[in-house]
Amino acid sequence: MKKAAPAAHANLDGVASLQMPPMVRYLDEDGELLVEEQPMSDELALAGYRVMLRGRRFDERSVSLQRQGRMVTLAPGIGQEAATVGAAMAIDARTDWFVPQYRELAGQLWHGYPLRLAFLWHVGHPIAFQMPGDLKMLPFQAAIAGQLPQAVGLAWGLKLKGDPGVVLAIFGDGGTSQGDFHEAANLAGVMKAPIIFLCQNNGWAISTSVAQQTASETLAQKAVAYGFPGIQCDGNDMFAVYATVREAARRAREGQGPTLVEAVTYRLGLHTTADDPSRYEPRELHDLWVNRDPLRRMQLHLIARGVVDKAALDRIEEEVKDELRVAWDEAQKEPAPDPDFYFGQVHADRSLRLQRQLERFAKDGNG
Amino acid sequence: MAELTVVEAVNQALTLEMARDRRVVVFGEDVGRSGGVFRATDGLFAKHGPDRVIDTPLSEGVIAGAAIGLALAGWVPVAEIQFLGFVHNGFNQVVDQLARVRYRSAGRFSAQVTIRAPYGGGVRAPELHSDGFEAHFAHAPGLKVVAPATPYDTKGLLLASIRDPDPVLFLEPLRGYRQVKGEVPEGDYEVEIGKARIAREGSDVTLIAWSGAVQIALQAADDAQSQGVSVEVIDLRTLVPLDAATLAASVTKTGRAVVLQEAALTGGFGAEVVATIQEEAFFSLQAPIRRVASPDVPYPVQMLEEQYLPNPERVLEAILATTRE
Repeated sequence: MKKAAPAAHANLDGVASLQMPPMVRYLDEDGELLVEEQPMSDELALAGYRVMLRGRRFDERSVSLQRQGRMVTLAPGIGQEAATVGAAMAIDARTDWFVPQYRELAGQLWHGYPLRLAFLWHVGHPIAFQMPGDLKMLPFQAAIAGQLPQAVGLAWGLKLKGDPGVVLAIFGDGGTSQGDFHEAANLAGVMKAPIIFLCQNNGWAISTSVAQQTASETLAQKAVAYGFPGIQCDGNDMFAVYATVREAARRAREGQGPTLVEAVTYRLGLHTTADDPSRYEPRELHDLWVNRDPLRRMQLHLIARGVVDKAALDRIEEEVKDELRVAWDEAQKEPAPDPDFYFGQVHADRSLRLQRQLERFAKDGNG
Repeated sequence: MAELTVVEAVNQALTLEMARDRRVVVFGEDVGRSGGVFRATDGLFAKHGPDRVIDTPLSEGVIAGAAIGLALAGWVPVAEIQFLGFVHNGFNQVVDQLARVRYRSAGRFSAQVTIRAPYGGGVRAPELHSDGFEAHFAHAPGLKVVAPATPYDTKGLLLASIRDPDPVLFLEPLRGYRQVKGEVPEGDYEVEIGKARIAREGSDVTLIAWSGAVQIALQAADDAQSQGVSVEVIDLRTLVPLDAATLAASVTKTGRAVVLQEAALTGGFGAEVVATIQEEAFFSLQAPIRRVASPDVPYPVQMLEEQYLPNPERVLEAILATTRE
């Protein structure tokens, strides 16, 4: 922002309003390109579509299994697949970190989190928190925005080491009301930490609308107070999210510090399986966003480009269905959690007191 | 060996470890150019520069949270919270996040993080600078809580804490910062986390204290001696994990125990010590265990402070009462 010329009296008219860059959009609701060129190859677009579909079908299957009593309470990301997959595609899984909240599964799948573990997460198996191999990803985070101070520390630490990695930290519209968000954004600005704050504005924090969450016109503008750019993109447009996050990642990698990207999307599903949106969500608003479905939009685009036809899309559906079946079968073969392993995650060493408690815990389990 | 204060022992440990381990970074409010409000980090900025000794924004939550991220990036963070009373702004990051890094990643990650915080009363500090909040953190599985009383233990335990692969809340006795002096070897040594110390041997009553209250306990033990009662003083040094074996051995010998804590009575760490003694040494007890603590009122402003805190007279009274039962 430019500094205004000195004034002789305090003029507060219109001060609450900020000039923000326009929302980034590539595809309209029917998958038509709004700009001349798409930001990625057709092959990559198709690969992204496939992972969005995998996330969608996984969430649908999980909700169904939860209804059968075979899964714990879970938070589906239905409707938000373009926001998380587009963002994940824009960073490099070999060097860059993905720091989730808990409604980003589709993007996590792109970054390398295995479907088998995703199923285990939803049955409450502790192994789901163990990111396999050297996968650069933090575990799911239940405390809203609690991951953000950690993500900033990670980004700052990478920068101190001269490591080329950047951090993609994801949270929701509700998260912008938390102190952790503001403290993290402030430190990130001061340290010029290589981080992308991706806010999935999905319209709702359980039953609280964005209008009740904040008086700010946009969530993106909150970045201005912390001295770095904030920008909105169409969160149901995989190309728009990809292009915006890619630019933010470039800035981060080149030492220009953080960016706040607000992906404007919509939670087409439930907050969690314990939630009933019919108590608070206007039906017509929901229907409006059904027409903006990110998967439908990409399908129409890929067909129009001649990348796929109806038969090819059906084939991908079948393949994804098979992948899910295989992963669910594998997940069910996972041995039950071992109390010794569980108690082993308190400290590297084990106090006598904890050892005694473990013996009791194991005995109770066998009793 | 040089005679140092507690705060000088802190400084010596940090100086030694930053030179020994290039991964150690020290950060917090005013720790850099000014060397800390108590000068605990004095000289570190000049030696290691702004990349390893960092003045952060005034923001306890992100100090604790960023420590986790720095550890994940391969650094060994030593964060300072200027006064323990203010750490509650970052309670989520310390208790729900830092303490659980190993658990919530099922062992993939750990957080080799030390959070240093001065605490405890008796120095006429303003509101929230003196509160004994250690029990809030002893109740967080995954977090080790260390609370030394002497310069020797401060240096050795701080070195052990920084090198511990898991998070440690390192509580420094505000009252002892400059008042308590003691011999401290110049070189590298560690004091084991989880081991209490017999600060004074005795045979009639076991008196348990930690951090700033150890000095009160020793004074009370002297006073008891002059009345013919031999008091064994245990300085816990570490609250979590608690050294139950040392407690049990001492109480088995003496048959009587008094637990001294500076914090308010209800839910204090002293209650954990009492419960542990009765679990481990109940049949040796010849009298009920007594607690000496501060009353369950908010920590007072300066004019009431002396009356609020346990003093040697109150501790002596409890010692004598337990010998009469």
